[in-house]
Amino acid sequence: MSIEVRNIDKRFGDFIALDDVSLTIPSGQLTALLGPSGGGKSTLLRIIAGLESADTGTIQIEGRDATDLPPQKRNVGFVFQHYAAFKHLTVARNVAFGLEIRKRPKPEIRAKVVELLELVHLDQFADRLPSQLSGGQRQRMALARALAIEPTVLLLDEPFGALDAKVRKELRDWLRRLHDEVHVTTVFVTHDQEEALEVADEIVVINEGRIEQVGSPDELYDQPANDFVMSFLGPVTRLDGNLVRPHDLFLATSDPGDASAVGTVTRLVRVGFEVRVELDVAGQSVQAVVTRAEARNLDLREGGTLWIRPVAGAVIVEATERLAVGDLDGIDGDGADAVPVGR
Amino acid sequence: MTAVDVAAPARTARRRRSGRANGLTATSGLGLGVSVIWFSLLVLIPLSAVLVKTSEGGWSGFWTTISNEQTAAALRLTVGQALLVTVVNVFMGTLIAWVLVRDEFFGKRALEVVIDIPFALPTIVAGLVLLSLYGANSPVGVNVANTRTSVFVAFLFVTLPFVVRTVQPVLAELDADVEEAAASLGASRFTIFRRIILPALVPAISAGAALSFARAISEYGSLVLLSGNLPLRTEVTSVRMLSYIENGDLASASAVATILLLVALVVIVALDVIQRRVSRRG
Repeated sequence: MSIEVRNIDKRFGDFIALDDVSLTIPSGQLTALLGPSGGGKSTLLRIIAGLESADTGTIQIEGRDATDLPPQKRNVGFVFQHYAAFKHLTVARNVAFGLEIRKRPKPEIRAKVVELLELVHLDQFADRLPSQLSGGQRQRMALARALAIEPTVLLLDEPFGALDAKVRKELRDWLRRLHDEVHVTTVFVTHDQEEALEVADEIVVINEGRIEQVGSPDELYDQPANDFVMSFLGPVTRLDGNLVRPHDLFLATSDPGDASAVGTVTRLVRVGFEVRVELDVAGQSVQAVVTRAEARNLDLREGGTLWIRPVAGAVIVEATERLAVGDLDGIDGDGADAVPVGR
Repeated sequence: MTAVDVAAPARTARRRRSGRANGLTATSGLGLGVSVIWFSLLVLIPLSAVLVKTSEGGWSGFWTTISNEQTAAALRLTVGQALLVTVVNVFMGTLIAWVLVRDEFFGKRALEVVIDIPFALPTIVAGLVLLSLYGANSPVGVNVANTRTSVFVAFLFVTLPFVVRTVQPVLAELDADVEEAAASLGASRFTIFRRIILPALVPAISAGAALSFARAISEYGSLVLLSGNLPLRTEVTSVRMLSYIENGDLASASAVATILLLVALVVIVALDVIQRRVSRRG
């Protein structure tokens, strides 16, 4: 096992950043630490890198105890949200930095830099300064720089957080392909569940300094351990004291016999191919999402009456008190920016 | 993301900029005009006047003045001590700035304020302070009155804030994650300082050094009491110039001023060259 985190505690003054966290991160995989801001995921990443020290607990990297090692000795590649480019050095010299520190022979450094710049598609920019690159290019340079030292593990702290939506999506696909090529154990921190679901082999959901669930994207989405994980991974709505996904609701204009509830349509919003339906069920707001064709068949109108039940195989999780009702209210967006608890 | 789509806008931008240089907008034209007039009134015209005054004596007059034994000694003393003080300031100023930015300690705020005092004080007050502290009746038992050391000490006192104040804001603005990135790439703390922090600080250090040197070669008030102004030994150029003026020899005073002007120019240009070299090297 590549990274073993054992019983890590970390406080900043009165604030508990990490509360007895234990985690095993497998070798050669792409793992996402997913959770809301301030949940402790970045702190955990920084502790693995040695940039922060844990109050108690141990860290092992590839079987070697790294708890008391300084960052210089851990052989980890670290990529920061804001690139952390060495502004006075060219792209090539940024990438060469780690190798120059290691006093590798010059021809070897040159060859390695060329190889890495090709890998991150920056070979034409070798002699530019970081200020002459776009954000996405700077982040690819930072990645090449981190990979140059052939790190045991590659750690990325919100690597695409400072980029605009389009570039973020491009880089996300590119990171996945890069990982398939390079196979270095990679951990990245994100608060964007779409990013985690799309890119990661394994997702660790962290909230309020604790691990909520560890699993593959499918496991997390289909078998969320609790209401937090479920609500964090996509839009949810509350029905009969349970959480269910809006697209997992079956709507009918006449009583199908097994309906969980009956409600009145209060609002209809069409967004592209889907129609979002807001219902009033005994004074409670319930959201459902149907396709355009279904909406036409049901002849949906505001003020109309609908019978509702979850579809067969729908993910249903009991809503607990810690999930504030306000977090679920309103017709949610495309799911990419569902507001999680604690934000 | 190819070379083309990045290089192309850069090229057009450059063309656009050079196109505009021929026709300034009304506001920027006005701004430039005011700046040039202001600069001319305060700097260019007085400096030209000094040069004109110097030329009145002709080459031979100029040469006679600066080859005068007493004047040459004053120039050597002033420039020599100013260079020495500037070197000391480069190290001490950077160190003090580092302590003020990176460390938390009791009395930090007080120190921040005290740093500026040598700069804010009227120089003759500084001279008085130095005389009573390091003069003949020194309470600490250090008597440097009428020695070259007194010139050095006075220069040190008045130029202390320059490097500190230019380096401090730049150091405070440096991103912590850049240093962390260097650390995770294996760089030791010393290497991080030398290869990452120092190149970022060099322009500020150089600017502070230039200010500190310029202030030192022009210093008068803070040393005039303590140094004793002994000809050939502790007399500095500003004192020498004053005695020329008092004797009605304005041409000689201007000649010395011209030399100081040239020295200042050479040092400032040299610092700029060094600064460019070092901040590129990394």
